[in-house]
Amino acid sequence: MQHSAPRASFLDDLVELLSSMRFAISLLTILAIASLIGTVVQQEQPANAYLQQFGQFWDPIFSRLGLYAVYSSSWFIAILAFLVLSTTLCIIRQFTPMVREIRGFREHAREASLRHFAHRASFEPTLPPEERSGAATAYLARTGFRFRVNDHADSTLIAAKKGSLGRIGYFLAHGSIVLICLGGLLDSNLLLSVQIHLYGKVPAPGELTIGEIPPSARLEPSRWSFRGNIYIPEGTTASQAVINADNGVLLQPLPFKIELKRFHVDHYENGAPKRYASDVVITDNESGEVFERTLEVNKPFEHRGITLYQSGFDNDGSMLNFTAHGMTSCAHAAFPLEGKVGRRIPLFDKQSERIKIPPPCNQVLENYLAGYSLEFTDFRPINVENVGAPDSEGNHPGASFLGSGARPASNEKLRNLGPFYTYILRDPAGQAREFNNYMNPIQIDGLQYLLSGVRTSRMENVSWLRIPLDDEGSADTWFAIQQSFFDPARQAALIKRFISHSTDKDEKKTLEAAAKLLLTQFAQGGMKAVESSISEMKIPEDKREEANIFFVQVLQKLVWDAWMMVREAAGKGKLEPDDAYAPFVRDTFIALDSSIRYGAPFYLQLTNYEQRQATILQATRSPGKSLVYLGSLLLSLGVFAMLFIRERRLFVLFKKDEALVAMSSDRKTIDLDETFARHRDGLAAALGASAPQD
Amino acid sequence: MELTSSPPAHRPVSPAAHVNWLTRLSVSDWLFAIAVVFGAGIAYVRCSQFMDGYDIGILFIHAPLIIALGWAWRPFRLFVVAVAVLALFSIWLYQGDLARAEQAFFLKYLISSQTAITWMSVFLFTATGAYWLGFATRSDSAERTGSSMAWIATVMGATGLLVRWYESYLAGPDIAHIPISNLYEAFILFSLVTALLYLFYEGRYNTRKLGAFVLPVICAAVIFMLWYSITREAYQVQPLNPALQSYWKKIHVPSNFIGYGGFAIAAMVGIAYLFVSRGKFTNRLPELRVLEDVMYKAIAIGFAFFTIATIFGALWGAEAWGSYWQWDPKETCALIVWVNYAIWLHMRLTRNLRGEMLAWWAIAGLFVSTFAFLGVNLFLTGRHSYGAL
Ligand code: HEM
Repeated sequence: MQHSAPRASFLDDLVELLSSMRFAISLLTILAIASLIGTVVQQEQPANAYLQQFGQFWDPIFSRLGLYAVYSSSWFIAILAFLVLSTTLCIIRQFTPMVREIRGFREHAREASLRHFAHRASFEPTLPPEERSGAATAYLARTGFRFRVNDHADSTLIAAKKGSLGRIGYFLAHGSIVLICLGGLLDSNLLLSVQIHLYGKVPAPGELTIGEIPPSARLEPSRWSFRGNIYIPEGTTASQAVINADNGVLLQPLPFKIELKRFHVDHYENGAPKRYASDVVITDNESGEVFERTLEVNKPFEHRGITLYQSGFDNDGSMLNFTAHGMTSCAHAAFPLEGKVGRRIPLFDKQSERIKIPPPCNQVLENYLAGYSLEFTDFRPINVENVGAPDSEGNHPGASFLGSGARPASNEKLRNLGPFYTYILRDPAGQAREFNNYMNPIQIDGLQYLLSGVRTSRMENVSWLRIPLDDEGSADTWFAIQQSFFDPARQAALIKRFISHSTDKDEKKTLEAAAKLLLTQFAQGGMKAVESSISEMKIPEDKREEANIFFVQVLQKLVWDAWMMVREAAGKGKLEPDDAYAPFVRDTFIALDSSIRYGAPFYLQLTNYEQRQATILQATRSPGKSLVYLGSLLLSLGVFAMLFIRERRLFVLFKKDEALVAMSSDRKTIDLDETFARHRDGLAAALGASAPQD
Repeated sequence: MELTSSPPAHRPVSPAAHVNWLTRLSVSDWLFAIAVVFGAGIAYVRCSQFMDGYDIGILFIHAPLIIALGWAWRPFRLFVVAVAVLALFSIWLYQGDLARAEQAFFLKYLISSQTAITWMSVFLFTATGAYWLGFATRSDSAERTGSSMAWIATVMGATGLLVRWYESYLAGPDIAHIPISNLYEAFILFSLVTALLYLFYEGRYNTRKLGAFVLPVICAAVIFMLWYSITREAYQVQPLNPALQSYWKKIHVPSNFIGYGGFAIAAMVGIAYLFVSRGKFTNRLPELRVLEDVMYKAIAIGFAFFTIATIFGALWGAEAWGSYWQWDPKETCALIVWVNYAIWLHMRLTRNLRGEMLAWWAIAGLFVSTFAFLGVNLFLTGRHSYGAL
């Protein structure tokens, strides 16, 4: 029995500590700091991102500390657990004293202690003794006090109070914290990992399709909380939610099937998205009842404890029809090509559905592209972009000071640029090139272009190929020029035509030489190659600029001649040189230059499409939710009660010829002085006393 | 100091003061109440076709709220009336045509939303100037000017927001929404709420000495707002993306700004507190216990409303993103702010942690809140920078 006594007292000390306000304060401080870490360090990023960010040394330490998933880390949960524990103990410890406070009136307060109150006053009532306590209680009742009268031989004590609700607020506010934490725990993915271990589940790699996912990654239907995504292409049905769990996925079967009829996006007139909605048909597995619903952002739908949210959308297998414009030296080759978003087609290997290319170009392309593959990665029919110049006229600062706020910003011109599509060309080595294209011509400074942007990695920003349209608004002219310009077979003719402009024999010679050289270099590396060749030539520094200009002129003349040849070949008459054509020649030339770095033997021009969308729903079951909401309600009530309901205790002690008024409150605030003064004077008036002195 | 020494805030106690509050109401109180109810009725009759059940509910909850506020805080009645008159005048001038903002003189230079908001800014700056003058010269009249300027500023600000709301309807019924959606509108709301809150304490403790400290923080907000609206043209009414079309948000945002307002005031008073407790400006500032009291009241209000705001934020999140709490940076920052002031309140309750410590903590709190409010939008990513859909 010797041990028990110290142990008991040790336990007391522990409880004492845990339930102490200082402990609460330090606990909350730690919680705040931990959360701060969680916001500063981006959570749940791919591992290599962290390695880049923190380096060899810190990365392992941080990940060991769980800084990359703070809120599910054991130590963070521990903090919350302690918060719950300490709050609970705090409530338990406060319970008896608080209840005593709430119910008791302290009608046995000693006179001595009353005389030590900070707020006290005494005066001589003129009322006869037998009426005094009646008058006082009447006053107290009128001003909303509850009171007890305690008569003694030589004195009477009236103990009154109001605003005890504030104390109840304490229980609400603090109890609610326990509720909220517990509710949160029920919904945390802590339970998911528990479940994983319980049923020995192993998350499957994310690439797998629903069908391929093994049973080991399929959860039983249960009442546990979960949070998963459902991906449903239009016209198909889903009955499983995909849960992301430690860099893999798990499948959660749903008690119902969801069929997506249609997914819509509505737009404001300026093109900004206004409404995302999925028309779904839900079929309950058990009862078999069927109901149609439209899920929208901010308008979720609940069935059998599972709530469905509109959380995203995707493009699933829209059909795309292209005209592929060959960009090889081969004679103008355009051929049809068909693609499906999300699909990948191997090019020109025997088993793939062969793409029909008119000879002779099929040889060139097939040699070039053997083993390549083409992936259609993205398609968006509507693309609203700000095409306004950042500082167009009318953007004077004054605009933001006067008038209405409902004018469009002067620097903003939102326009729908029409369908946008992305495809990736992958070479046999797996090297990818991503091509971003607009279906419709884009107007830039009053001229029309087809835009196609290339990049070799997501990190790069795209470099654009701007294909100028001819007077008939077609890109064919440019492609024709492009092909003949780089075709060795046609170079001779081109150069011949080029030098025919000059009459002087020697000049012809130099021009011919220059043209040959330029064409070959340009064909190899565009203007870059030409410029570097200039720097190799023995041309003095100050002359280089001139030389450069001269070469560009020569090349542009060649472009012009190529254009004329194309026109004649197409049976259109040749044109007289004129400044009006300068922009087209210039743009054609620039486009030729960038076409060299384009890195694909064809440009896919979208001619037609059939859109097919998929909705991404989120399905959650959160059993803790109701607990958390209840807690939140109580928390608000409790906090308001604690902070704004002031407890007041008013004591009136009648002695032979003295009335002593004393007041106390659980919080020391200035309004206590005021209230006291008010009641002091009020009571004095009620008891017909002269001006009271403190 | 003696707690029994009668406080500066000691208002003369009318014999009626302690009688049942209903009988305390004056004729003007009743007139005000009738006016508000009448106004709400008109609003219902004229605009109910634009409102759904929720809106109508809110409308009729607001009537008693405004009446209660007006009864509890007399000057507020005048504020409400002034705002109502100006806003209605502005709407009448518009005659349903946005272009009139450029033509009608009063609209262009006084009470179209942008202009009104500009006036709010101007008056806030002049008010600050006046308060400073009063602080420097200890002239009461200067401080009086200061607070009347501040009142005018709040009237203009509130008018501006209301008119902006109306303008958004002129811009297009589907674009229309209450102007508490983007950062720009939030800042107007902040300036407005903080100024009102300050003016409330000014009356409550009848001392104007704190204006010189509190107003600058509002001006800082205004300066940011102006910069933001010039560089980003943020002043223009933007249609709401689907995630922002939420009932909860409409309560979430305003209560958040009452919270931030309270915290901001507390911090500035904290600075004043530090001065006084170090024996500086003791004769230009209220005594310590008043400062301590204002600081506590401001944080209490702030904390209470911030609690609600966070809860409504969670409700909104639950509807828009399918989880009431997912430790998104903005949410977490809200938690940090909230916990921070919970700590403050508890520190105040523990006897041995008071005075300067609390003042410092309140000041630090402002930085935490500012980061939570601005920093996250500017530096961090999360669902509050909602681009997913
Ligand atoms: C997030 C957690 C908490 C919140 C939001 C919270 C909130 C509050 C609030 C608003 C008050 C009123 C302060 C005032 O009236 O000035 C209060 C008082 C108090 N809190 Fe907490 N509290 C929390 C945690 C705790 C914990 C963990 C404990 C105990 C270990 C605790 C013990 C107390 C006590 C004893 C009071 C004084 C009650 C009274 O005297 O009426 N609180 N709390």
